[in-house]
Amino acid sequence: MVLTSRLPLTAVALLALASPSFGQELNALVWCDHTDPSLVAPFEEKFGVKVNLKEYEGTAAGMAILDQSQPGDWDVLVIDAVDVGRAVEAGKLAEIPADQLPTADFFPELVMPANNTVDGKTYAVTEKFGYNTISYDKTKVDPADMQDMAALTGGKYDGRIGIYDYYLPVLGLVALGQGVNTADINAETLPALKEPLMKLRAASKQVSDVVSAQTALATGEVDIVVGGGEWLTAVLAADNPNLDWTIPKQGGLRWAQSIGVVAGTTQPDLALEFVKYIVSPEGQARLATASCYWGMPANAKAGDALTPEQKTVLRWDEQPEFLKRAQLYPIPDAATDTAMQDMWTEMLNQ
Amino acid sequence: MTLEAKERRLGWGLVAPALVWTGAFFVLPFVAMLALSFAHMEGRTVVHGFGAGNYVRAFTDWTMVKALVNSLEITVLVTVVSVVLAYPLAAIIAFRVPARWQRLALLMAVLPFWTSYVVRSYSWLLVLGQNGVVNKTLLGLGLIAEPLEIASTRTATVIGFVHFFVMLLTLTIYANLIQLSPNYMRAAQDLGAGRWQTFRHVVLPLTLPGVVTGAFLTFVLCIGDYITPQILGGNAELTLPQLIMLQMGRSGNFPLASALSVVLMGVVTLAYFLSARWLRLDRL
Repeated sequence: MVLTSRLPLTAVALLALASPSFGQELNALVWCDHTDPSLVAPFEEKFGVKVNLKEYEGTAAGMAILDQSQPGDWDVLVIDAVDVGRAVEAGKLAEIPADQLPTADFFPELVMPANNTVDGKTYAVTEKFGYNTISYDKTKVDPADMQDMAALTGGKYDGRIGIYDYYLPVLGLVALGQGVNTADINAETLPALKEPLMKLRAASKQVSDVVSAQTALATGEVDIVVGGGEWLTAVLAADNPNLDWTIPKQGGLRWAQSIGVVAGTTQPDLALEFVKYIVSPEGQARLATASCYWGMPANAKAGDALTPEQKTVLRWDEQPEFLKRAQLYPIPDAATDTAMQDMWTEMLNQ
Repeated sequence: MTLEAKERRLGWGLVAPALVWTGAFFVLPFVAMLALSFAHMEGRTVVHGFGAGNYVRAFTDWTMVKALVNSLEITVLVTVVSVVLAYPLAAIIAFRVPARWQRLALLMAVLPFWTSYVVRSYSWLLVLGQNGVVNKTLLGLGLIAEPLEIASTRTATVIGFVHFFVMLLTLTIYANLIQLSPNYMRAAQDLGAGRWQTFRHVVLPLTLPGVVTGAFLTFVLCIGDYITPQILGGNAELTLPQLIMLQMGRSGNFPLASALSVVLMGVVTLAYFLSARWLRLDRL
């Protein structure tokens, strides 16, 4: 008999402690950019509610938290856009009225109906996007080299490369470098990615999380970060204008995050209002420039609320070209996902 | 009720809170974790059962074995280096610093404890980086021509750990040294022993329990640490706690993470038995 996943008692106890209380409070399970106080403050003020934010990293961790929570514990969920279907399948997201969402104002590529809707019903809406590609210090590397992924493993930049520690985008980039589209990564194509991944690792100095990657690039510890992008360099732009990013000729990955209402919420109307606020031009501008990391807003009208300087850092005017050259994250099935993670772990311990 | 029965009841009453605490927050979670370690994953679902697959993998999958070996190598190195550095420091504070200044000296020794562990690790990253204080100083003095690669290496991890554990060991060793009657040393010297002989045959054996206790605590805390290798090691190599975190945070493979945690606990238990002869936790 297959039993439902259950965490050890301690984890349950911890989650119980972390679980929010009810009342005039909205409980949102989010990514770190939402924890910027300036983002939620206008909503709290307008609706007279307190927004409790719990940060998580990785869909598996978010799903585990929801699994261990009671219906009604959480009202809003921010999730990787490519994982919305997975959350819907697990019964974690509630349908939201598409006609109340300003998707007509979105960059067309960011409406993402294939991801945010299931069986014609809308369960989430894209809120922010960006690219996992190559960040670099343009005073230390030849920007022309960064247009070709092959330059990374050609020997010229050995020991000067950092790799962003997230297997999905980096394996996606490696796949693009091998001429494999991210949508085609599966059990058959994955083994061919091992050698180039290990080669990239051999040429790199470190594999690190967001903060460490930023620190390494800012301090000159590494000159290139594979898997980086505007989200990595934008917050550093003011202090170090030499940091740049590009999408090489083989392409880059487009990340996108969606927001939805959690199934079983006791306050669906308030939760929907929060979602609407986040995708409004004002909310989008604040989210795009949130302190944890910057990223492009899905709503094109947010451009009116951003300063010219902010738009320059976000490469606002270059988005049409970037969007053409970027592919979505891989969406592996469970077995391929496990194989990808095992390959990644092996690479870390190479 | 007899006096003996009353005392027994009082004794149980006094010890009950500790028993309940240990049962609720150690025994029960451990049993749950142990049970989970025998489960397995089917897709993204945990399937409960009784299989040794996770343990087999922990000891046959080279990635897992290497993580355990990395953890042991780093931990043993950190423990040895920390003891070697902390002992003289504790001895200087105990025997050379005037009594009225000892408290201040200890305070200075533990001052870095006051900063956040994570902040301290990131600070070390800046110190050890290519453009960090260490490299700039060495370059400025003309001792090296090119910056040393220290950050994001095992060396950086060891330095970060040693910085932390020298403080801990200094305290435990100092606590032992200060209890040592000076008469032992005087007697040894009266009998013709030199300084080295006095230290080797009198001071060291008498303070060994404190050293082993501190070393054991260092071993336990170091082998279970995830932050320092993650930040300072730059993921150049994986340690066992990092591997456990990967299984939990990223893969959602709680059964394998549980099995690896049990293995980690087994290593700590083994270390306890190896050092039990000298271990004197009451000396802390």
